[in-house]
Amino acid sequence: MTTLSDPPSQSFQFSKLINDTRYRSYTFQFIALLCVIALMSYLGWNLVQNLRAAGLNISYGFLGSPAGYDINQRLIEYDSQSTHWRAAMVGVLNTLLVAFLGCITATVIGVFVGVLRLSKNWLVRKIMSLYVEIFRNVPVLIWILVIMAIFIAVLPQPRDFRGDDATASMLGGLFAFTGRGFYLPRPYFTAEWAAGGAGWLVVIGVLIASFFGSRKLSAWASKTQEATGVRPTTWYLTLGIWFVPLLIVLLAQGLHWEIPALAGFNFQGGIFARNSLIALWFALSIYTAAFIAENVRAGILAISKGQTEAAASLGLRPNRIMNLVILPQALRVIIPPLISQYLNLTKNSSLAIAVGYMDLTGTLGGITLNQTGRAIECVLLLMLFYLTISLAISAIMNAYNNAVKLKER
Amino acid sequence: MTEKASLAFVRDTMLPEQPPPASETGIIKWVRANLFPDVLNSILTIVALYLIIKIVVGAWPWFANGMWATSSLAECREILQGTTGACFSVLTERWNQLLFGFTYPNDQYWRPILAFVLLAFAAAPMLFAMFLPRKLLLFTALYPFIAFWLIWGGTVLTPLFALLGFVAAATVFPRVEKASGFASALGAAVVTAAIVWYVGGLIAGTTPNLIALEPVPSRDMGGFMLNFILGTVCVSLSLPLGILLALGRQSNMPIIKWICVVFIEFIRGVPLITLLFVANVVLAYFLPPGTNFDLILRVIIMITMFSSAYIAEVIRGGLAALPKGQYEAADSLGLDYAQAMRLIIMPQALKISIPGIVNVAVGLFKDTTLVSVISMFDLVGMIRGPILASTEWNGVYWELWGFAILLFFPVCYGISQYSQWLERQLATDHR
Repeated sequence: MTTLSDPPSQSFQFSKLINDTRYRSYTFQFIALLCVIALMSYLGWNLVQNLRAAGLNISYGFLGSPAGYDINQRLIEYDSQSTHWRAAMVGVLNTLLVAFLGCITATVIGVFVGVLRLSKNWLVRKIMSLYVEIFRNVPVLIWILVIMAIFIAVLPQPRDFRGDDATASMLGGLFAFTGRGFYLPRPYFTAEWAAGGAGWLVVIGVLIASFFGSRKLSAWASKTQEATGVRPTTWYLTLGIWFVPLLIVLLAQGLHWEIPALAGFNFQGGIFARNSLIALWFALSIYTAAFIAENVRAGILAISKGQTEAAASLGLRPNRIMNLVILPQALRVIIPPLISQYLNLTKNSSLAIAVGYMDLTGTLGGITLNQTGRAIECVLLLMLFYLTISLAISAIMNAYNNAVKLKER
Repeated sequence: MTEKASLAFVRDTMLPEQPPPASETGIIKWVRANLFPDVLNSILTIVALYLIIKIVVGAWPWFANGMWATSSLAECREILQGTTGACFSVLTERWNQLLFGFTYPNDQYWRPILAFVLLAFAAAPMLFAMFLPRKLLLFTALYPFIAFWLIWGGTVLTPLFALLGFVAAATVFPRVEKASGFASALGAAVVTAAIVWYVGGLIAGTTPNLIALEPVPSRDMGGFMLNFILGTVCVSLSLPLGILLALGRQSNMPIIKWICVVFIEFIRGVPLITLLFVANVVLAYFLPPGTNFDLILRVIIMITMFSSAYIAEVIRGGLAALPKGQYEAADSLGLDYAQAMRLIIMPQALKISIPGIVNVAVGLFKDTTLVSVISMFDLVGMIRGPILASTEWNGVYWELWGFAILLFFPVCYGISQYSQWLERQLATDHR
């Protein structure tokens, strides 16, 4: 029987590991680690057993063998003799293409709707709420399939453009919107030295130079404003910096447009965007726009009315209030959820497989997986790709949040 | 008197009140203020009205001429003779496939319907906890076992012993906890439950026909019912998992914290469809050779993992929003970690995170349609597969997709309206 006067025994007791708060957390962590290692090795052991039973092994060699299937929408050269790796790259670029296009249009529509939901006009406000609620509360997969069905049903087929009594005609003789997809004019360069991609690299270089030029110009305008109190008028200079070099480069390289034309039962030439791409892009845009509209509305409402009134009492005009006081504060609220919506859009673009758009899920996770039977490798690569994109976007978001967060001292 | 006399006229009675001008009252004022306040808004109103009228006028004959009793699209077209009109008969003919899938036994439809009705009674005590007596929560606790028995069938002993296992664990837990602490009580409870389940499994195996409903294998589930089952099962399973993950992520034990962080960020970084691919083609490689898991069970595992990561992030937000004083107060009362979490932290953190959890639930319910991509026949899978591919109904798009939207919209809209209402109810800061 121990009494209170007994000194605590210094010797190690097993029960200390669980009862002494100094050691308990180590015990728990050790147990947790053991459990995770046990689970992993159990799964790994099963994997080895199953692979041996099926006569398989983990190998990425299949990526180098010919894919043997066609991809009808692609940004880089590809044919059925190309490798599976090349097919996966086509898929990656297709995913990035639809995600990029979708983010832009979703932002535009979302901001527009979000602002209109705060409009004074009752009817407009109600219509916009209806749009937001309907699109937010129905699965995106259903919207993708519905919009695909609408495209096929409503738009004319290429054969409707034929003959003297054609029921459909090209918009301005340049664009053809058909149920199979959109045919758009394709710009190309005739100059010898601009063949291949070189011409476009020059154009991108010029645009980057123009961007820095206009930054420099506005810095100079701000400096003059601080020195003299008057901001020099620069809008025509900005326009000039953006457009004059671009025009010169385009003309010097011999810009021509290849216009799609009806040949036989289909259009030839120009850029062809398949209906699956257009439907997916459109569906993802309007679905995500409904969420973005809510974020924009919340962001604007989050700025208290006192801010507007304080700015007005300083004598600022309404558009200056918007630009200098409301927007910078609202953007801090809007942008983090906006970026996570971009992330959602990118992840939702994997639903492309439902309409047959060949994104990464369709190539690597679809046909390649089924042809080669390399399920583990394909799904692993697929996850790795999406994980990389997600982590990259999260990193950008964290950097932005740190840059704009309230600097409290 | 003198003052009055010196003036020409002084009014000594009040004039009767005049009604306000017609332009400042009632409907006219409302229309002017809300529809035609200025030129730009007037144009917007007129354009919007024009569009609405055009849509209604365009869609009306389609509804009005709708066919409800034909047996194929060709027959619809024959009767309509080229006029516009919907072919709603696909819904009257195939409603059972849309709602229950095409292999669930027809004479057993009352079971999922009863389970669905009971779900309302089981959910009510939780959703409207402030208005209903707490005793009703007992039914909520019993519901999963009743629903399992109703939907999957088999002997009543299976869910009964599952329930008994939980009851035994719940009776053992507080006794052991009093004697020797939380961790050993948890261990004792798990062991007790496992023993009851094992014995129960043996007994249920020997008498499969005792008070038995016709068993329905899970591959026979389909249609909207499958979406509903996946949604409710995965959300309920992912709540406890999400709480554990959130606590793990907030914990100050680095190894546990990093295990949780890696799990959550990994799951949140990949699209659900890749996880469904895992369930479909990869998961079998990681199970012991010879085991043949049901596809629906594999899908439930992956969707539960998916949603628990999202719920963990919502609850972590709730935990982070609690003032530090709450943690310190719990410590100063001498509560240990389990007690502090159960009695002080979690009730408050969960209250803050309810709206977020509901949003995750709505998103998850919508995402259950993705299972159609791995060729399961949920509502979307039924429409895309057996119905649109059949010779009778090939080409009926609007009616079917409209029906799907009509099924999903009220559920999701209702849940999100509930969460907004709850947010207002729980707002204790008087603004």
